[in-house]
Amino acid sequence: MKRLEVRKNAYYDSVTLMIISKEVKKIDGVQEALVGMGTDLNRELAGRTGLDTEGFDTVTANDFFVAAECDNEDTFEKVIAMVDEMLNKKAAKSKSDYFPPTLEGALKIDPDLNLAIISVPGRFAAEVAQSCLEHDINVMLFSDNVTIEEEKALKEYAYSRELLLMGPDCGTAIINNTPLAFANVVKSGDIGLVCASGTGAQEVSSIIDQQGGGISQLLGTGGRDLKAEIGGLMMKLGLDALKHDEHTRVITLVSKPPAPEIAEEILKLAADTGKPVVVCFIGGEAAMIEKYGLTAAVSLEDAAKKAVALSKGRKPETFVSFDIGEEKAAELARAESSRMKAGQKYIRGLYTGGTLCDEAMKLLIEDLGHIYSNIPLVPGDRLADAKNGKAVENTFLDFGDDEFTVGRPHPMIDPSLRAERVVTEAEDPETAVVLVDCVIGYGSHEDPAQELSEAIVKAKELAAKDGCYLAVVATVCGTEGDPQSRSATQRKLAEAGAVVMPSNAQAARFAKLVLENR
Amino acid sequence: MSKVNELFGRKLSVVNFGIESFYQDQVKQNTPAVHVDWKPIAGGDRKVAGYLRQLKKPELLEKITAANKEALSRILGAQPYLVGMSTAGESVPGMTPKTILHAGPPVTWENMCGPMKGAVMGGLIYEGLASSLEEAEKLAASGEITFSPCHHHNAVGPMAGVVTYHMPVWKVVNKAFGNEAYCTMNEGLGKVLRFGACDQEVFERLRRMKEEYYPVLKEALALHGEIDMKVMIAEALQMGDEGHNRNRAGTSLFIRKIMQDVYHTSFPREQQDAALKFLNDNDHTFLNLTMPTCKSTMDPTFDIPFSTIVSTMCRNGTEFGIRVAGLGREQWFTAPAEYIRGLYFPGFSEEDANRDIGDSCITETTGIGGFCMAASPAIVQFVGGQVQDAINYSSQMYEITVGEGNAYKIPVLDFRGSATGIDIMKVIESGIRPIINTGIAHKEYGVGQVGAGLVNPPEDCFKKAIAACAQAWA
Repeated sequence: MKRLEVRKNAYYDSVTLMIISKEVKKIDGVQEALVGMGTDLNRELAGRTGLDTEGFDTVTANDFFVAAECDNEDTFEKVIAMVDEMLNKKAAKSKSDYFPPTLEGALKIDPDLNLAIISVPGRFAAEVAQSCLEHDINVMLFSDNVTIEEEKALKEYAYSRELLLMGPDCGTAIINNTPLAFANVVKSGDIGLVCASGTGAQEVSSIIDQQGGGISQLLGTGGRDLKAEIGGLMMKLGLDALKHDEHTRVITLVSKPPAPEIAEEILKLAADTGKPVVVCFIGGEAAMIEKYGLTAAVSLEDAAKKAVALSKGRKPETFVSFDIGEEKAAELARAESSRMKAGQKYIRGLYTGGTLCDEAMKLLIEDLGHIYSNIPLVPGDRLADAKNGKAVENTFLDFGDDEFTVGRPHPMIDPSLRAERVVTEAEDPETAVVLVDCVIGYGSHEDPAQELSEAIVKAKELAAKDGCYLAVVATVCGTEGDPQSRSATQRKLAEAGAVVMPSNAQAARFAKLVLENR
Repeated sequence: MSKVNELFGRKLSVVNFGIESFYQDQVKQNTPAVHVDWKPIAGGDRKVAGYLRQLKKPELLEKITAANKEALSRILGAQPYLVGMSTAGESVPGMTPKTILHAGPPVTWENMCGPMKGAVMGGLIYEGLASSLEEAEKLAASGEITFSPCHHHNAVGPMAGVVTYHMPVWKVVNKAFGNEAYCTMNEGLGKVLRFGACDQEVFERLRRMKEEYYPVLKEALALHGEIDMKVMIAEALQMGDEGHNRNRAGTSLFIRKIMQDVYHTSFPREQQDAALKFLNDNDHTFLNLTMPTCKSTMDPTFDIPFSTIVSTMCRNGTEFGIRVAGLGREQWFTAPAEYIRGLYFPGFSEEDANRDIGDSCITETTGIGGFCMAASPAIVQFVGGQVQDAINYSSQMYEITVGEGNAYKIPVLDFRGSATGIDIMKVIESGIRPIINTGIAHKEYGVGQVGAGLVNPPEDCFKKAIAACAQAWA
């Protein structure tokens, strides 16, 4: 039976509701359940899952609803009881803290607020951000679904007031050594970063930390900043701030290749800072960067290593090898591939970090020819249905992309969907290597390696049943100082049978090595 | 050097909107952080958010802020004194023998709820205009009777709030502004006119109130001289009252004040005893003194252009109505009154409840009642919560008011002045509605009070009001 309960004009934040949806589905006798606000997205989802039962047409974006397909009325009552319990649990926990309802109320508690993290639904985000800017509060805008017109207006306003407007869709920043949202505990140092990508920023800053360097500031810009419409306003403001920051001696820029005219402008400004600058335009050409006397990086890892070299007064050298050395890596790769069955020949990259997925594809595209994906490098390689369809030859999936996050939290918060896919890919006799990332740090799941390692064990067993051997190559993005600890996370994955590489670039290269031995 | 560099030089202080774990992460790192319990403005109603934006344009906002400051200073500067008693016909402006005043915003006979209809019919019989319920009902529907809100006549009435020509009323004067306010004597609990009861028992009580107690009390007050109501309410708040639903301390204080004067009146001892016993037997005696006090405190806010302060909140059992200082006395913003969330007396349930009714939320409008719930741990359980809930309710009200009381203070909040001066802009922006402590009337006339609990004004009242402000001023 299908049941629906609607509560008019009740608002709850979507992450809370998605977590509740997930828990509710675990109740015995519940086939499908959706707990959410009646947004277009959720309404569509309800339609697709067949939960749009009688009365659903009256649900608006301002209403809260619980829809479920379950065995009987008792089960639905259990669903409602659990929803209420979980909604109330939050209230009880926060009893000791007073949460004001508005910015004005917050300013009464602390008049010195100087940075806002905003993750409200996109259609409301610009307004919240604007009011913060008007109060001289810098903004980190995590929300997505903010229009480019809104972004432009916000950034022009912020720029005119010399305030940061990091985002929209900005998940990572470290200001004054404080990680914000999805960020790692990185040692303090003299490398300043401006990044247009979230996991790209996490990878570079984490490797800087591993290499013994440290960072002064890590500013985010949001993925669209270097588009012609926005003109790199925040990249420019960030560069200017790092130029004048006495604690910053080396600057590192990370972005997908920008619009050429914007790139020229940014590179010229970077050259004018008078400080050594490493530029990583992921998959971009080095020539333009070098023309301005700046250091070009070939990967996120390479950017981090070059920045640390410059910071320590060494000459930056391009790194395209393995920390364990070429020979050892080749030996390890042979050991993996020698156990495989004929017909195992493809890489399946299953990523929670979008930029990491993109970087891996760019590092491998020349050798693999085609990489099918939901975020393909060329339009022709787009998978028709990445979520429900089967992998095609070499397939790389970004689980943080929209089609996977409808109605559920980002995979860095809820890694279950990606873990399930690891097992699914093992069922395909053509799969040779499963390549995975594991992003830790603040914001991420408290132990993302747990579910992933369980999946790896299961996947390997499954492959073995068919006489196959599944190679799993993993990389952990994060630092020793992170709450989850990099080494503990690596150990967990290694114990599950994964080959754990120290960076995403090395993991991608290693996967290729395994394949080459086939 | 840009402001961004200033940020680099300072300690980070984070405000978080949205995903709460981002805030928790900051707390773990010992970063000063505040989490905002963010909700879309007006539940995501873009039109209403637009009105708010219009009113917040700097030039207009400056005028509004100044007007609200003036309104607050008038509220805090009020000097309400109980000065005496009379009959409604003698003093209430616009009162005629065929006028019946009622609680809440204007309402027609047809649209009145059960308890209000009962009270009206009772009032007609009390005045001798009808001799039976059938006659009374016919007369009420005939068009011969003028129905008018108490609030249009410098008066307030609890529950049905029915005031008729010959009823005795208390008179309060706000000496700072010279305005007056009137309210009937509280009949007590149980079967009473204000809950729509209209049988012989009710009429007998009303008769004794008028003929026996009123003359004594009127003379006693004359002997005593005016009484500073603000001081007395402030004292009651320190003794466990919140000024709306619990009136035990205030009633005691009032009796102490006039006891000697009662015995100095010219009436026989038995009549003096009876008058005092009447006051003393009813915990809610003081409510009908608090209400005109609040009414006289709020009325001077009306002629302040651009003020977004709520001057009136009241309900007639069908609709809830508010009036806004800057829009004047003539404009009501109404919406269907809500049902009260609360505890029922044994034998009654939600099915018996009438919609929210009465002028008594003039107390909340003035910053007491629900706004002082934290001052009254004794009633917290009655309205279904823990002491911490009461503290939370009272604390939350500071988000929607422009200031704090200078006389009405809450001991448990370190004697912080209660949240005072409800601003419709803040209500719309925060999504927090005023909290009201109130009694629940039975939906059929003649039954009486069936419980008590908490209720809010409907959000639509504030949405309509802010639209009118934007249309008038933006």
